[in-house]
Amino acid sequence: MAQNEWPLWEVFIRSKQGLEHKHCGSLHATDAKQAVQMARDVYTRRQEGVSIWVVPSAAITASDPDDKAEMFDPMADKIYRHPTFYELPDELKHM
Amino acid sequence: MTGHYGSPEHVEYLLRLGDSALVLGQRLAEWCGHGPILEEDIAMSNIGLDLIGQARLLLTHAGRLEGKGRDEDHLAFRRDVPEFRNATLAELPNGGVASARATAGDYAVTIVRNLLFSAYQCELWRALSSSTDGELSGIAGKSVKEARYHLRHAADWTIRLGDGTDASHARAQRALDALWPYTHELFEADPIEEAVAQHGIGVDCASLRNGWLDAVKAVFEEATLQLPADTAFRSAGKLGRHSEHLGYLLAEMHSTHRQYPGATW
Repeated sequence: MAQNEWPLWEVFIRSKQGLEHKHCGSLHATDAKQAVQMARDVYTRRQEGVSIWVVPSAAITASDPDDKAEMFDPMADKIYRHPTFYELPDELKHM
Repeated sequence: MTGHYGSPEHVEYLLRLGDSALVLGQRLAEWCGHGPILEEDIAMSNIGLDLIGQARLLLTHAGRLEGKGRDEDHLAFRRDVPEFRNATLAELPNGGVASARATAGDYAVTIVRNLLFSAYQCELWRALSSSTDGELSGIAGKSVKEARYHLRHAADWTIRLGDGTDASHARAQRALDALWPYTHELFEADPIEEAVAQHGIGVDCASLRNGWLDAVKAVFEEATLQLPADTAFRSAGKLGRHSEHLGYLLAEMHSTHRQYPGATW
């Protein structure tokens, strides 16, 4: 990273209806306080949210895209792991 | 008796409030696409749009009270320099008081002006939220939340610039020294403001100065900036006597309307 470039932050926004903060993008800012302020201007200007989290992008550990085959492909044929084989009574709502 | 609801003084007062918001909103819009970084570019456009939103409500209200069929667009786009009633502070170029229009903007000037103006608007809208003019009190109640955010944004940057590097400190101090004389206009009442204040429509603007001064002083202290000495200079934009800069700003703002009169989209 160039020395004159500000650190990158990942932005998470919780919408009015939402229970969880969802990742919505990233931005450059000099520190956490400024990152929150900029996130407000960049990511909530159309009433997207009521709460903001910012996390230094450098603090995130990601899975390696090259490991995709062994990490995720084995799950493709394990349909029995999905709870789709139950018959639900009609009285049961919101499932 | 003057200054009652719907009086010419009432209309004039609304034009002053609306024009200051409109002209500063237009100034801030000049940063669109030219901000120091993408995130600030968007932030400054948001603030400018907040101000233009305030102006729309105020000018619409003024036009209705006046009863001559002038709507917000008529008032914004079909008046010339002497008819504008904004405080001079709002029209000064982004590059500084003495600069030619073509000079690039100086972010310190924009930030310090926003600090001075938004701290004033915080006091103003708080006081006007109990105006006897129900429409105006409603506009004030909505706008005070916007002004508080503008103040937070400007205060944050003023501290970063003032208490930053030697270069950023010098530019912030230079901006403050240049803009300070224009703040007196905001707090010295003329007969029109006195008349509407008597009827509870407007506010005695001198009464806003202590709260404003406390707010800006606290920021300047943290920003290690020196409060300039007061001078006898007084600007008079609200009386229609403007700096040479407003004409250029209006020429640009009016250009679409002049090419396509009555255009809507």
